[in-house]
Amino acid sequence: MTEASTIAVGAEAGAPTGGQADEGRSLASDAWRQLKRNPIFWVSVTLIVLFIVMAAVPQLFTNVDPNAAVLKQARERPNANAWFGRDIQGYDIYARTIYGARASILVGVLTTLVTVVIGVTMGVLAGYYGGWLDSLVSRITDMFFAIPLLLGGILFMSTFPNDENSRYLVVVGKVVLVMAVFGWPSIARLMRSSVLQVKPNDYVQAARALGASPWRIIRSHVMPNALAPVIVVSTINLGVFITVEATLSFLGIGLTPPAVSWGVAISDALVALRTTPHILLFPSLFLSLAVLAFIMLGDAVRDAFDPKSR
Amino acid sequence: MTTTETTSRRRAKTATGSEYHPQDGLLLEVEDLHVEFHTADGIAKAINGVDFSLNQGETLAILGESGSGKSVTAQAIMGILDMPPAVIPKGQIRYCGQDLLTMPAEQRRKTRGPEISMVFQDALSSLNPVFPVGWQIAEMFRIHRGMNRSDSLERAVKLMQRVQIPAAKERVKAYPHQFSGGMRQRIMIAMAIALDPAVLIADEPTTALDVTVQAQIMALLQELQEERQMGLILITHDLGVVADVADKIAVMYAGRIVERADVYDLYRQPAHPYTKGLLESIPRLDQKGQQLAAIGGLPPNLMHIPQGCAFNPRCKFAQDVCREDRPTLQLVAPGRESACHFAEEVLNG
Amino acid sequence: MAEAILTATDLVKHYPIKGGVLRRTVGHVKAVDGVSFELLKGETLGIVGESGCGKSTLGRLLMRLEEPTSGSVVFDGVDMYAQRGRAMRKLRRDIQIVFQDPYTSLNPRKTVGDIVGEPFDIHPDVVPKKGRRKAVQDLLDLVGLNPEHINRYPHQFSGGQRQRIGIARGIALNPKVLICDEPVSALDVSVQAQVVNLMEKLQDELGLSYIFIAHDLSVVRHISDRVGVMYLGKMAELGEEDDIYGRPTHPYTQALLSAVPVPDPTLRDKKEQIVLKGDVPSPANPPSGCRFHTRCWKAQDKCKTDIPLLEMRPDGVATHLSACHFAQPREIIETVDVSDQQDEVGNTV
Repeated sequence: MTEASTIAVGAEAGAPTGGQADEGRSLASDAWRQLKRNPIFWVSVTLIVLFIVMAAVPQLFTNVDPNAAVLKQARERPNANAWFGRDIQGYDIYARTIYGARASILVGVLTTLVTVVIGVTMGVLAGYYGGWLDSLVSRITDMFFAIPLLLGGILFMSTFPNDENSRYLVVVGKVVLVMAVFGWPSIARLMRSSVLQVKPNDYVQAARALGASPWRIIRSHVMPNALAPVIVVSTINLGVFITVEATLSFLGIGLTPPAVSWGVAISDALVALRTTPHILLFPSLFLSLAVLAFIMLGDAVRDAFDPKSR
Repeated sequence: MTTTETTSRRRAKTATGSEYHPQDGLLLEVEDLHVEFHTADGIAKAINGVDFSLNQGETLAILGESGSGKSVTAQAIMGILDMPPAVIPKGQIRYCGQDLLTMPAEQRRKTRGPEISMVFQDALSSLNPVFPVGWQIAEMFRIHRGMNRSDSLERAVKLMQRVQIPAAKERVKAYPHQFSGGMRQRIMIAMAIALDPAVLIADEPTTALDVTVQAQIMALLQELQEERQMGLILITHDLGVVADVADKIAVMYAGRIVERADVYDLYRQPAHPYTKGLLESIPRLDQKGQQLAAIGGLPPNLMHIPQGCAFNPRCKFAQDVCREDRPTLQLVAPGRESACHFAEEVLNG
Repeated sequence: MAEAILTATDLVKHYPIKGGVLRRTVGHVKAVDGVSFELLKGETLGIVGESGCGKSTLGRLLMRLEEPTSGSVVFDGVDMYAQRGRAMRKLRRDIQIVFQDPYTSLNPRKTVGDIVGEPFDIHPDVVPKKGRRKAVQDLLDLVGLNPEHINRYPHQFSGGQRQRIGIARGIALNPKVLICDEPVSALDVSVQAQVVNLMEKLQDELGLSYIFIAHDLSVVRHISDRVGVMYLGKMAELGEEDDIYGRPTHPYTQALLSAVPVPDPTLRDKKEQIVLKGDVPSPANPPSGCRFHTRCWKAQDKCKTDIPLLEMRPDGVATHLSACHFAQPREIIETVDVSDQQDEVGNTV
């Protein structure tokens, strides 16, 4: 009954009186107002912007060549010359950590884009048209769902391993491909159930009654109202993809040297964990911060889009 | 209190004695009740000073539209408002002379069921889907009366028969979804009357039901009320249902009672422009060629209730005084109370 | 007599019930099961019935939001279900719908301008692109909304205002027929009359024909010229407003009318109340013969086997369509003709 009381009050409270300013307030702009007040949102956005700039133009942060090994200074502790110290090969850890952002962000963003495009398309088709198409998509997602993302990644990457001469983009592309293949079903499922919730709404029926084409109905009525949960989950997924990429690289089957990546760095650091833990500390710290930033952003966006949390 | 007072008790209670004893049949008094909802967007003043009383065997209808505060009033009496966001800054709710609002929580909890109980609009969501209905009714006896399994179940069957559920014995183990809407509402009523309450609050009990089923449920409620001499508070927006069953009516608008009267008087000659407007705006089944005189405008936003009389922006009688002074509920004729500066004009015009 | 604009013949809609592991069809929900009627130009045909009677499915069939299992609808000489693609889209201009729930019928992410203007986007030849904003504003003005609110979003409006937006969208293409599926039942009492009055005004000004689907018999009487009563997917009785409300011959209509509470306490004990036994049976497994026989006090053996046809049967004064073997007129409510009395009452729209 408590819900009834809040609804009763809310319904009237929401009714505008004549003198109200004619400002455009959509759900998105309400969400934005909510986000603006959330400090977690600003912290995560600041971090994400920082990481993206780092990935795009690492030269802004350091002019040290990440591939310049100074073997005799290997395992040096943090000092004025090398802020984060040097690793076992004598590489500058600060430079390598900065340059390592590129792989993580690239893999995370690309994978998210691909999973969203495939997942949303399949989800909309299954949810809106239903019938055999729905059964087919559902069965396919079930199949992929049974295999965990990480396991799929390990299987694929060890079947088609990289070698020394593999080009950077090919290596990244392979990692993106395998994660996208195993990542889209969750988005598709989410989109499907979201579409199924939106579809029976009378405004969709009204558009049908007006003779609108299916494409028009999907584009202007179904998608805008069904996309919010996908946005939230894919933001969180971005963090997950970065972790999986690091894990694969850590296992030596994702990105491999000479590619610079946080996963590779963590893997390398393990050898000397006891004597020189700083080698492990910095790439792990950056990795954690990046993942945390995306997950926090996802949380903040979810709260903003969920009217019940208001 | 002692059991020697049983003679003045509302009726003979067999299983347990009640510690509450109405004086001269007076069960419930609500005095200057205020309820606010503190939300992120501001304070919504849901109830702004409500007074009424309820006697044994009496049916009081609280009539109002959504946002008028009628359901919040019911929830405040039951003590089931979520606080926060709800706040009760002021007021008393006295049951048999004792203020429920200042009572210790444990003592108050024990009034829910044996003294005051409630029937909700949505019977499906009020019943737990994973337990058989008989078990849910029997639970009342197990918790409040400490009965054992088989005795309590037997009482549940009797109650189900009392609310006219066909084949009650066989259906006591059935689950809520196996019943129709009307039957589920009967089960809710059975649960509400299980512990023989003195006050029954029915919050829109038939709004979700079809008209033929509505008639059955209202008939049942009236019958039970007469048989047990309960005080019945009927919360509704339906002027037809009220005309059929109520003794007294309180009309609510924007969290205040704007008119209070005997049911016959109120329908014959409303004393508040809002009541008058409502009666003129509803189509009647027994009239042909009727023109509906709609009330213009909208109910007010509870965060910004208009100055003066809350109804003034929609009122045909409104003058400058209505925009400045808020009229209080005053006696305008014997047994008639209205919160309107022009109550006499409304009454006579 | 005016000519028919829409003729439905033997409309049937059965929904398959899937069951078991293989999702085989194990039965059918007979939502609409052989319904025929005509809608005349400029009239309002009310369709009443309780939940599950198939009235909403009927509305969706008439809009071709669902394909019928069998039967036909001829609209203005055109067989509706035979139309494809462009021809069907053209037909849709002439037959539009207003939904019940003003909260789900408007896309929350579109402005009022987008919502009311969408019909022009789909049918671009109706209004040239440059004139659209003006056309939308004219429509808003016509339904009693402020044309300057064109950039607001639905949640900035109250329920009644949203329903006006829905109506504006419905009449944008200047249709000939408007199907209204419970258009006022989600609204507050004081707002219902505003919307009913608006619909009557629009009918006069635009020469629309309405199919008014509702469960509220009072509203239907007020707005309709002719009324059809549905029970479990079939039309039980169909006739002029006076026939149905003054001389009902089908027992179901009689019971339905007697159950409607009239807002007049003086009628309390004078009114005849027919209390029906039990609930409406499931449309998945409707009773044989006459579908009402399980609840009917007049039922004989014949009713269990023979399906009564919807035929002209005597009602004491003349004849009208009724589907009862034992059709007999019975006055349930005493109608008062007030069409001359209320001329001075202002019609607030």
